Amino acid sequence: MSSMQAAQSLDRTFAALADPTRRRILARLARGEATVNQLAEPFQISQPAISRHIRVLAEAGLIVQRVDGTRRPCRLAPDALSELDQYLEMLRGALTRNYQRLDELLASQTETKTETKTETKTETKTKRRRRDPP
Amino acid sequence: MSKLVLTTEGDTHVVVRRRFEAPPEAVYRAHMEPALIRQWCLGPEGWTMPVCINEGKPGGKIRYEWSNGQGGGFFLTGEILELEPPHRIVHVERMHLPEPTPDNRVVTTFVADGTGTQMTMRMSLPDAETRKAMLATGMAHGMEASYARLERVSGWAS
Repeated sequence: MSSMQAAQSLDRTFAALADPTRRRILARLARGEATVNQLAEPFQISQPAISRHIRVLAEAGLIVQRVDGTRRPCRLAPDALSELDQYLEMLRGALTRNYQRLDELLASQTETKTETKTETKTETKTKRRRRDPP
Repeated sequence: MSKLVLTTEGDTHVVVRRRFEAPPEAVYRAHMEPALIRQWCLGPEGWTMPVCINEGKPGGKIRYEWSNGQGGGFFLTGEILELEPPHRIVHVERMHLPEPTPDNRVVTTFVADGTGTQMTMRMSLPDAETRKAMLATGMAHGMEASYARLERVSGWAS
């Protein structure tokens, strides 16, 4: 992609994102594929209006539609963000969840330990080692 | 309100910082002992780690295997290079997707911070090809976070 094309594509992306209804449509699609009817549900606007928003989002490359009988379900386009951004967000998502679990694990270890409080650091260490499961 | 700070250093490195409410000894052990590692190092919801090997000594081997319980999975192998318990771990790792990704050298440090620990993990940023492969492993759960971010970024554009 040339820098001119990249700039145009970015313009389209931002224009598409400038509208709050379209941002809410994207947020809904982040939870999974949805039909036009499902997308229209939470908004007090007509289905043609929703279809117009969907077209803008699709032209900006943010969402894709597939044909399923008479329905045209939408989902987020996998390439809407640069793959570096996607990678970093994937990493952030995985680590955030991991470290929340680690917080819980560490907290449960501390609970067991506070039963034998007020020790010096070395004593705590020895104590903990002794309390380890085999 | 995420306490996780993730920054890039040039085109080649990612640095992750996070504080834990436990002393360095406990955080270090959670990174080294398989029985503890497999309780938290799981990535997205629904994944498990059926194989978790960490030999826990310099020169020792690492092998972590993840499964999504639906036939999806991948594994990581590595070697421990340096250990300074409970403050520093240096290891090298690669993902098998199943083709191995280029080696990623990771330096993890744990520094006492009041009653807690400040962790810093510095690793190499995979090249574009590898990133694509990693995204394609079914870990694309990051997409939702991506769009949340897109929404934040677009806030000033509206």
